[in-house]
Amino acid sequence: MTDTTHDAGTRRDFLYVASGAMGAVGVAAAAWPLIDQMNPSAAALALASTEIDISAVQAGQQIVYKWRGHPLFVRRRTPAEIAAAKAVDVSSLPDPLARNANLPDNAQATDADRTIKPEVLVLIGVCTHLGCTPTVSTPTAVEGEYGGWLCHCHGSQYDTAGRIRKGPAPQNLAVPPYAFLSDTRIKVG
Amino acid sequence: MSGHSTYTPKSGFEKWIDQRLPLPRLMHDTMQTFPTPRNLNIWYTFGGILTFCLAVQIVTGIVLAMHYVANADLAFESVERIMRDVNYGWLMRFVHSNGASMFFLAVYIHMFRGLYYGSYKAPRELIWILGVLIYLLMMATAFFGYVLPWGQMSFWGATVITNLFSAIPYVGPHIATWLWGDFAVGDATLNRFFSLHYLLPFIIAAVVGLHIWALHVPGNNNPLGIDVKSPQDTLPFHPYYTVKDAFYLCLFVIVFAGFVFYAPNFFGNPDNYVQANPLVTPPDIVPEWYLLPFYAMLRSIPNKLMGVIVMGGAIVTLFLIPWLDTSRVRSCRFRPLMKQFFWALVVDCIILGYCGAQSVDAAAFGIPLVWVARLASVYYYAFFWLIMPIVGLIETPKKLPASIAQSVLGDSAAAAAE
Repeated sequence: MTDTTHDAGTRRDFLYVASGAMGAVGVAAAAWPLIDQMNPSAAALALASTEIDISAVQAGQQIVYKWRGHPLFVRRRTPAEIAAAKAVDVSSLPDPLARNANLPDNAQATDADRTIKPEVLVLIGVCTHLGCTPTVSTPTAVEGEYGGWLCHCHGSQYDTAGRIRKGPAPQNLAVPPYAFLSDTRIKVG
Repeated sequence: MSGHSTYTPKSGFEKWIDQRLPLPRLMHDTMQTFPTPRNLNIWYTFGGILTFCLAVQIVTGIVLAMHYVANADLAFESVERIMRDVNYGWLMRFVHSNGASMFFLAVYIHMFRGLYYGSYKAPRELIWILGVLIYLLMMATAFFGYVLPWGQMSFWGATVITNLFSAIPYVGPHIATWLWGDFAVGDATLNRFFSLHYLLPFIIAAVVGLHIWALHVPGNNNPLGIDVKSPQDTLPFHPYYTVKDAFYLCLFVIVFAGFVFYAPNFFGNPDNYVQANPLVTPPDIVPEWYLLPFYAMLRSIPNKLMGVIVMGGAIVTLFLIPWLDTSRVRSCRFRPLMKQFFWALVVDCIILGYCGAQSVDAAAFGIPLVWVARLASVYYYAFFWLIMPIVGLIETPKKLPASIAQSVLGDSAAAAAE
């Protein structure tokens, strides 16, 4: 063998680095499909939108529908509940953002920005703490101190606009993308 | 696995094997002649009991997997079929579900024993760390297993635990979605949990192998916490400790069988006999008893991210114990101050467990339990991060005996044995 030593490194150094680098790239390339297969499949991503007839929801009542595997709250609020929600100073809220998919991300959590029609409140019924379904207040059984919802898992309390007021949940209940097709029908998603 | 081997192959076949794969030599040196301190007490039998628990879980689990269907529509029904139709299915399932509780009961005794006798101290740090790793793997396995029957507690427990990851800033929600394989806990989640529930026990078995390997390098600690100094301090593992372990294993199995046959649902939650309903959360969701202390910590913090950090930190802290304890003396027998703090920690963990089992707004003697849980969480952290380092420095330990033999046999007998 002739002497293959050069200042820039030997042929062996090159092979060593090249095969090592190729191996690392190969491992990463092989690992990614193994990791990504756990993400939602095409079937789960093909989210159909749902049309809901809300005519059965009476004032002061909530009906729970299912949307994208989650509970969907539709609550027809009484004038007193709307007034209570409107009276709150937004700057005093733990989460001042509207969390309304129909509005820009920076919309404020005023009562008007939480709804399309003030009397119909549409929410994703997933507590923003750890995902339980909060229990709604009824005229006979008030849940929590704010007349809205109480999550029994860890004690988060929401007001009549579904805004977090007390407890460990960091955000207001999310408002899904939806539109009114008529006075009694909404399309969610 | 270390030190001088006393194995001598007798037959020609044994010699042939010994030169090729010295497995008989390994078994002989680790399970037969292994020099073991002569003063090990009842609390040292739980290592063997835990190995038994792991074997029971694997055997009954493999059998249950022959009948279980990992599908969100069929899982609940398949478990009921196991209970009613499969021959001895009820027995397999009750042994498996109560076996998980027995496993944790044994592991908590084993861990508190290690804590009391300072078994995590040099040169046994890695034994302790591997043990905490096994404990973490056990919690993951138990959690995955609890989801499989697809009852209400299964579903909502899975929802709450996987949502813990959503507390991580920025990437949290993506991690949660990745864990679910959907936008909520569902069929994809159930399938992967079944796959992982089947995998992890074998990982645990492998780490148990490392745990025992690491144990066999320095050998057992003992209730005195002093090193083995001469052969008089030890006994061969067999028959002394094989028989002692077997005796206490029998007593343990009596308790185990008591639950399986007379109170099979004692540790269970009635809500898990209701099929999972993604639209209705049960009024009080609680994890299995062995996770309650951590759950109480989580709930006592009124902030999502901080709650998750405090709960996770409680487990991470356990990994650091070998370096948090500054005492030169291992065993609490000779640590009058530490002994009291130790028992306070045991009571503290029980209080945390009690708080975790109650509803969020519960109170005892007029004190809201959330405040009790906060105080108990503070003590838990204080024990490891303040009391352990400080007491180790300021405490005057009692005088240590000269040797294990002297302590067990008395001065004259130990001298005569020499």
